[in-house]
Amino acid sequence: MKPRSLKPTWRAVLRVLLPAAVIAAIIGAWQIAAANGAIAEALSIEPFLVPSPAEVGDALWDSRTLLLENAWVTLREILLGLLAGVLLGIGLSILMRFSRTLRDAVYPLTVALQAVPIVVIAPILVIWFGYGIWPKVIIVALACFFPITVTTLDGFRSVDPEAVKMMRTLDASRRQIFTRVEAPSALPSFFSGAKVAVAIAPIVALFAELAGSNSGLMRLIVEDNNNFHEARVFAAAVVLAVIGVLLVGLTALAQRLVVTWR
Amino acid sequence: MSVVARGLSHAYGELRSLDSIELEAPPGEVVAFVGPSGCGKSTLLEIACGLREPSAGTISVEGATDAKGRLSHCAYMPQRDLLLPWFSALDNAGLALRNRGVGRAEARGRAGELFERFGLAGFEGSWPQELSGGMRQRVAFLRTLVAGKPVLLLDEPFASLDAISRAEMQEWLAGALRADGRTVLLVSHDLEEALYLADRVLVLSSRPGRVVKELTAPDPRAADRDGAVTDPAFVAAREAALRALHAGAR
Repeated sequence: MKPRSLKPTWRAVLRVLLPAAVIAAIIGAWQIAAANGAIAEALSIEPFLVPSPAEVGDALWDSRTLLLENAWVTLREILLGLLAGVLLGIGLSILMRFSRTLRDAVYPLTVALQAVPIVVIAPILVIWFGYGIWPKVIIVALACFFPITVTTLDGFRSVDPEAVKMMRTLDASRRQIFTRVEAPSALPSFFSGAKVAVAIAPIVALFAELAGSNSGLMRLIVEDNNNFHEARVFAAAVVLAVIGVLLVGLTALAQRLVVTWR
Repeated sequence: MSVVARGLSHAYGELRSLDSIELEAPPGEVVAFVGPSGCGKSTLLEIACGLREPSAGTISVEGATDAKGRLSHCAYMPQRDLLLPWFSALDNAGLALRNRGVGRAEARGRAGELFERFGLAGFEGSWPQELSGGMRQRVAFLRTLVAGKPVLLLDEPFASLDAISRAEMQEWLAGALRADGRTVLLVSHDLEEALYLADRVLVLSSRPGRVVKELTAPDPRAADRDGAVTDPAFVAAREAALRALHAGAR
């Protein structure tokens, strides 16, 4: 028997509607459970510690300026860190592509650096660089350059040797082989690394803020949590989720625009 | 002489791949090498175009004996089309010009002039992945021609195609080669293809490859491939080559 299949247009509509319905159902259930105190009762805590989605929405609106100010601080840390990480990752992978010696010398250190937990480095950098934005940018960059370096380098190595040979017979110089064959070949791998970097960057930025900061979403979350202002903690989480989804979405979009041949 | 090899041998470490190859190809001749898999046919082409050096003996292309000189006189068409998926058909065809520093517009213009003749008119802007196997091979051949070298090296140009497109492409290539008049070294494991496309066929033994038989292709050939390959002279030449191939494979 033929499996039942839907028309592509319906499939596309459902792909938007279904997740929206799931999210709506969860929010609805949470609203009911929070409003009648069921969650607080189950956890044996005071009902004001369990904000309903409506209260979170109120907090989002009432504290919009505060949230946006702090979100901008965190977003800047993420973006600057990502930018530095991407540039560092691309630069290092290109250098390692061209110098076997450099690769042998530096690659183990890159891996070792990655093995040191961010939680450990963050407080040290705060001591060294103060409470400002730079320790956060450095930590995000350190965390992000590794996946990009490794995947981009793999991309260079995955180049079809026959294509390189073909280019040599077409009088290509070393540089032309790099720009016309190796670099485009490595782009899909680079984007795999970039997606990982973009996914971890917000988490790393929050960790860095936790280690010491005057502003930023994590700073706000810690303060609100200490003051039992739970609705705003959830509101900050919503803002973070939006930032995360936007970053991942923009990266995927960039990949679609650049890597047109897959 | 366009290509001359004397006592040409090659080994990958202990593994001997080619043994004392002698060859003299005058300008404009199409020479085919036929032999079993692994007999060093592709290695021979890679040596000719300077991607490898022989272990013993000499080879010269248009008088050049060093690798760089040979490379500058040879255009090599590998087994797979190796079209770069991030360039359009036109930009792939013009790659050699771009590599030599010709501007993008001029390279496109010069490569584009050949698209019509190769049955590719209208596909200039297509991405390689949008083209059929036969069309991709034609773009790859065009890319080799546009390089403007006096010697063409074709390594099993249609090995990746199905039988029908292959026969069509052979017919097309025979016409293109006749019209072009360049010296061609062609490698194939298909006797019929070799006899149909080449003026002369050298049958190689299994590894290490040495020339066990030299055949002159029947001439003149019928214009259409079906007519040519069923001609009694062609069938006789094919039989002789087949016997040599089997004897050499033992």
